[in-house]
Parts: sequence; structure tokens; C-alpha cells
Amino acid sequence: MPANVLFDSPGPATVARHRIYTVLAVIGLVGVLAFVVWRLYANGQLEYELWEPFLTPAYIEALLVDGLLVTLEMAFSAVLLAVVFGLIFGVGKLSDHAWISWPCWAVVEFFRAVPVLLLMTLVFYSYGVNHGESGAYWTVVLSLMVYNGAVLAEVFRAGIQAVPHGQAEAAYAVGMRKTQVMNIIMLPQAVKIMLPAIISQCVVALKDTSLGYVVAAPGLTAVGRLIYNQFENQVPTAIVLAGMYITVNLLLTLAATWAQKKFVGEKKPLEVSAVGHLDDGRAV
Amino acid sequence: MEIVLDNLDLVALAFTYTVLLFLIAGVLSMVFGTLLAAMRVGPIDVLNKATAVYVTLVRNTPLLILLIFFRIAGPKVGLKFGFVEIEIGEIRITDLFTACVVALTVYTAAFVCEALRSGVNAVPLGQAEAARAIGLPFGGTMRNVVLPQAFRASVPPLASVQIALLKNTTVCGIFGVSEAFFRMHSFTNSEPGERYGIFISFAVIFVFLVEIVSFFANQLERRWRIA
Repeated sequence: MPANVLFDSPGPATVARHRIYTVLAVIGLVGVLAFVVWRLYANGQLEYELWEPFLTPAYIEALLVDGLLVTLEMAFSAVLLAVVFGLIFGVGKLSDHAWISWPCWAVVEFFRAVPVLLLMTLVFYSYGVNHGESGAYWTVVLSLMVYNGAVLAEVFRAGIQAVPHGQAEAAYAVGMRKTQVMNIIMLPQAVKIMLPAIISQCVVALKDTSLGYVVAAPGLTAVGRLIYNQFENQVPTAIVLAGMYITVNLLLTLAATWAQKKFVGEKKPLEVSAVGHLDDGRAV
Repeated sequence: MEIVLDNLDLVALAFTYTVLLFLIAGVLSMVFGTLLAAMRVGPIDVLNKATAVYVTLVRNTPLLILLIFFRIAGPKVGLKFGFVEIEIGEIRITDLFTACVVALTVYTAAFVCEALRSGVNAVPLGQAEAARAIGLPFGGTMRNVVLPQAFRASVPPLASVQIALLKNTTVCGIFGVSEAFFRMHSFTNSEPGERYGIFISFAVIFVFLVEIVSFFANQLERRWRIA
């Protein structure tokens, strides 16, 4: 809720008090920033030679092509595969046949609760260890596919349950069978509702590709490690890597907000239940 | 799976580190996150915007980069945690452990702030308007009307954030804290043939821990439910 409902329009005494607080806050923030910059300077981290690699075309190209492009490829392949995985298991969870819905539920809950790094270790020692660099790449993609697929299965289930119930009732009244109702009526409307959540999951996948560090996968963090091992410029490298991740993630978040406004409009964004939460099946 | 059964003490130690990381970082991130949320909802615009910028920056950075910053880049600017040296039995809390706790706290606090803010935004506008209409001052509105409903509404997202924290403690294993992921990786390295058994045992324990946290969140939600 907007803050102006919580407090009245400020009177003169409050305005004066807020002005004092604002001045103190500005002094505090500027002080913290100045302290950080001073520490960096005092430890020689603002030297040109530490930042030089990031201004050299060869290294910029390596960062962008070998680093960012590969990371983006890993993230998007993982999300595409995860969408397929999530579709299968999400629809399976909604099935009326207990022998389909219970195993699907178990798989989804299990893979949502297991950390990505444990999955990565298993996949690496099963597949990646024998295939060199492309093995590490596909290790990251496969483990991210499984984890994000489980999360997207929940998103699919929530999306399908968010379609107004009357749509399905009308479809059954007209005589359609269960599969027809799902494919012709529910899924197309559900995709619109789920699109912002899927794009948000891309942000999560992109952040998790950095975990490929542990299996020596190619990508932004690997290129970063090469640079800081060679030039001993850990602090600038960490800052530049963080900046690149933040920029791409902010762009993706903007895309998700745009998709939310365009396709879902004023309705509430999708709420996906937490792990272990026994959803009692009410519509979101 | 023999290697797991032969080394149960190592596995127990690993999960003790996991639970310790989770509990310490969890409590600290709740405190810090509440502070951030208070700044975010408050009347002072400068703090509002500064917190919004900080939360956006931290939420869009991978945890690994934050850990690299506190662990590898930090010492180069003098950010060392060497003053921490605690030993309880076999558990050693060192500067590495502290750096990991600080990174986890900073990362999770941003998500806690967003969860609390979404809880405050879920309180219907009419509640605050009605509180003003009967003459409650700001403190009274917050304490009696808004905050109780906000806490109730923020329990599900907070539970998700804390479960994510529990899973993120595995990232600290990359830097040498001997918690669950580190132990699993070293077991699988020495006995690749038993990788499925090792994975299943560690995964089952993790699922169990996550279900405990989720159970407590559900109980809290149920206790505070109004309808």
C-alpha cells in the first residue's frame, strides 16, 4: 500500500524532523560510499593496470563471447529444456489417475528440495567427467534443466489452476473430453498467465549457471577466474562480473514486467507454493 | 553407498556445518532484512531509494560472485575476518566460515526485505484508511492494524526464502567449508562408482531438512490463519 495512507500529510514539525533525518541519511550514505572508495584506493585497487584488461579489446571480446555468450546459451538451453520437463510433470501432477499424479508429485518435490550443486556433482561424475569441456557445459545445462523443470512444473500447475474455472466447466458442458479441454482451452490461456513467471525463472537459471565454477564449466565465472589468476586483479574482476550479471538480469526482469503488463494486465501475478506446502488445490 | 555408511561421523559433521550456516545466516538475514524493509516502507525518500537500489543490485547478483567478493577479493581491501576463532568440539568456526555467513546474510537479507514488503503490500488499503479514520497515529496503525496482517501475509514468501537459504549453504562448500556439498563431492571423487548411492543419501537428508523448515512454516501459517 502507498505510504501516504500510513501517515498523514506531515505538519511543519514533522517536515523539519524529516528534513533532519534526510540530511543525516545522505551524510551516512555518502560517508559509506566514500569509505568504500577510500579503502579501494588505499589498497591500490584503483590502479589503471588492474583495470586495464577490461579496456583491452581482446579481453573484452573474450569476456563477452567466451563468457557472457556461453553463459546465456547455457541458461536459455536449460530453461527451454526445463519448460518441456515442467510441462510433462506439471500436467502429470494434475492427472486424475493416481498412478500418474503421485510419481509426478514425488519427482517434482524431490528435485525442488535438492540443491543444484548436489545434482551437478552427480551429473558430472556420470557424464561430464568423460567429455571434457562440452561435458561440463552439458552437466550445467542438465542439472539446471532438472531443477528449473521441477520449479516450472509447479508454475504450470499454478497457471492452469489460475485459469477461471468456468472455462473448463463450459468445455465439459459442450462435450469435450479431458485431453481436449486441457489442450484446447486450458493450456493456451494458462501460457499467457505463466509467461512472466517463466521469464523470472530465466533470471534464476542465469544466476545458477555461475555454479558451473565447481565443474570448471565455461562461462562468465570461468573467464573471470582466468583473468584474475593472470592479473591478480580480484576486486575489479568481481566488480565487472557482478555488473555484467546485474545488467543482464535487470534486462530480463524488465522483459518479465513488460510481459506481465501486456498479457496479464491488472490481475495478480502468479503465486507458486513453497516446497513441501500441501496446496489444497484452490485457484491462485 | 558403503563410503557413506563407513564415514557417518564425517557426514554428521558436514550436516552440522550446514545447519549452523543456515541458522546463523537465517537469523542475521531476518534482522538485517527487517531493517531494510523498514527503510523501504518509511517516509524518508532518500533511504527508500537507496535501499531499493541496494536490494536490486544484490538480488540480481549470483551468490557465487558475492562469495568471491567476500572470500577472495575482500582480503585484498583489508576485509578479513581473522578475529573469529571458535572451536566447539570438532566444529571450527574460522574466518572462512564467517566470510560465508556474511555473504549468505547479505544475499538473503535482500530477499527477506522483498518478502516483507510484499506482505505489507498485501494488506488491503482499506485497513490503513479505516485506522486513520478512527484516529490512530502512525505508531498505532502499524502496531495494531498493519503489521500483524503483514506478518501473516509474508509467511509463505519468507518460508521460500529461508528454504532457498538452506539450499544455498551448499555454495559455501566450493570455498572449503566442510559442509554437505563439500563432503559429497569428496566422497564421489574417491568412489565414483558409488555416486548414485552417495547422491541419494545426501539428497534424502536434504529433503528431510527442507521438509522440517516447511513444516514449521505451515504450522505458523495455520496458527495465524483467520478463515
